[in-house]
Amino acid sequence: MTIRKTTAMIAAITMLTVGACAKKAPDTLPPAPEGSGGDTGTGTGTGVVPGSQEDFVANVSSDRIFFDLDQYNVDAQDQTTLQSQAQWLARYPAVRVTLEGHADERGTRDYNIALGERRANAAKNYLASLGVDSNRIQVISYGKERPAALGSNEEAWAQNRRAVTVVISR
Amino acid sequence: MKPLPLRIALVASALGAVSALPAAAQTPPATATEAPRTAEVVAEVSTERTVIAVPAFATPAVTNVAGLRTDTLGRQVAEVIAADLERSGLYAPLGPGSVRAISMTEVRAPNFADWQAKNADNVVHGFVQASGTGGLVVGCYLYDTALGTELVRQGFEIQPGDWRRAAHKCADAIYSRLSGESPFFDSRVAYIAESGPKGNRIKRLAIMDSDGGNHRFVTNGQALAISPRFSPDYKKIVYVSYLNNRVRVFIYDVTSGSQKLVTESANATFAPRWSPDGRQILYSMAVGGNTDIYRISADGGTPVRLTSTPGIDVGGSFSPDGKKIVFESDRSGSQQIYTMNIDGSNQQRISFGGGRYATPEWSPRGDLIAFTKMGGGEFRIGVMTPSGGGARMLTNSWQDEAPTWSPNGRVIQFFRTSPGKDGKSQLWQVDLTGVNLRRLPTPQDGSDPSWGPILP
Repeated sequence: MTIRKTTAMIAAITMLTVGACAKKAPDTLPPAPEGSGGDTGTGTGTGVVPGSQEDFVANVSSDRIFFDLDQYNVDAQDQTTLQSQAQWLARYPAVRVTLEGHADERGTRDYNIALGERRANAAKNYLASLGVDSNRIQVISYGKERPAALGSNEEAWAQNRRAVTVVISR
Repeated sequence: MKPLPLRIALVASALGAVSALPAAAQTPPATATEAPRTAEVVAEVSTERTVIAVPAFATPAVTNVAGLRTDTLGRQVAEVIAADLERSGLYAPLGPGSVRAISMTEVRAPNFADWQAKNADNVVHGFVQASGTGGLVVGCYLYDTALGTELVRQGFEIQPGDWRRAAHKCADAIYSRLSGESPFFDSRVAYIAESGPKGNRIKRLAIMDSDGGNHRFVTNGQALAISPRFSPDYKKIVYVSYLNNRVRVFIYDVTSGSQKLVTESANATFAPRWSPDGRQILYSMAVGGNTDIYRISADGGTPVRLTSTPGIDVGGSFSPDGKKIVFESDRSGSQQIYTMNIDGSNQQRISFGGGRYATPEWSPRGDLIAFTKMGGGEFRIGVMTPSGGGARMLTNSWQDEAPTWSPNGRVIQFFRTSPGKDGKSQLWQVDLTGVNLRRLPTPQDGSDPSWGPILP
């Protein structure tokens, strides 16, 4: 739980630095940026293409939800995250996303692919329950093949047991 | 290159053609960059091993055959034989680097007193000569130095590019004669070569001989490749590719380099396995997050669903008679091992030892099932009987995973991962005593080994 809060905090800070809003997604869009270029790392908040991956990450409470060891249930905190994603997706009905399911390294390869499938589908099903057309969501499990945190400790594993929503670029 | 027939025949009785296979360029195994001086290896040194002298093979006339000199090959063949015998853990070979060379005359009339003075229980002699038809003849003899008797005499007529196979066949004959076990050196392994950072590993399908020789990368690494299995005839490899960001089982044709999908599906397919006759494939498919096991003809057609529980049913391995399948399932709440008939009937749990059990593989001898056991902060390789009895652990490490059997069911390869952001995965092998543990040298890191049958 501590780890999850820490992660959420880091996500919130990241969002502040790109000039967007925090936990609760805004009801209206920020002003459309002039031009493009999409350098979101400068902290100015300009240059983000509406409906893009950068826009998504900047305007949802997090692009990912986390799971307990060998679990795939969507808890209250995950629901809040997915609600913010559903609101963003409602604003961009043409946007499609991939839900990536991941597992930590402390499982066998084939089982972890199956577990990642469970997690990605749990997130997909919750988004669908919020009104997101499930045809807009494709699922892929990476099992333990693509860890986000590279350490071999409980904190790293907690970050790797995740389902990540990624905007499919058009 | 057009495949050339490999003729392996007893020199004395000149048995006919046995097999055909591509004449591959012969390359040695990669050098192990770090000596596996683990406690297990140290313990192994203290056990009593038969000392076998393996001097460089003689040649009646130094001849250049397809760019290979028969005297150079004589030494290399002996080196491969000595390395095979050493790796088995049962023998202490004295290779060409530590004993004198022999004359052609000595091949049939060893100087037994010399070899007894070296404390050699046995001595291997042999020769390499041009066949006269562009190939090579390799002779292989094993003697008992104390009794002064001949124990093995074999000869192999080969294409020059297959000289390593002749050495493995000789080592197999020696191993079988002295141990009473079936041979296993002349066999091949498919595995995944790994490189790059932990968060974005490049994973390529690769193949090699059982000792790491004749290594070849098969895929270029652009698509993540995992869990390969060699077909029983070594002509195909079934594996999972993330090509086009999907998880799908492909059959790769080793000869043509082409590949095809095992089955067309919008769902993820993974964890493929061949039946012992190579005519059917098991795979797992996730539908809406629920994974079950299916069986399909290797030529395609309609898949048969074998499991239907709400849990994860995954993997699977056929018994050598093709009548049963061992697989893993978390239907009980955690990963455990089950057996079933090939039509999916009679599903029974066989692992009850506490902890989680995964990646079951049926021994080609039929008598044991190898598995990965997770518990107590460790992943270990173990074996048990097909009814779940007699479970015992063979390795002890942070993360050992995915056992695969040698053709004779006496040795298991697996991969070992070390922790941390710079953690490596490497191929290892252990025998059924658990004492003889060795790392297999590969050019890069390695995982997911798949050991095929003995070559004809």
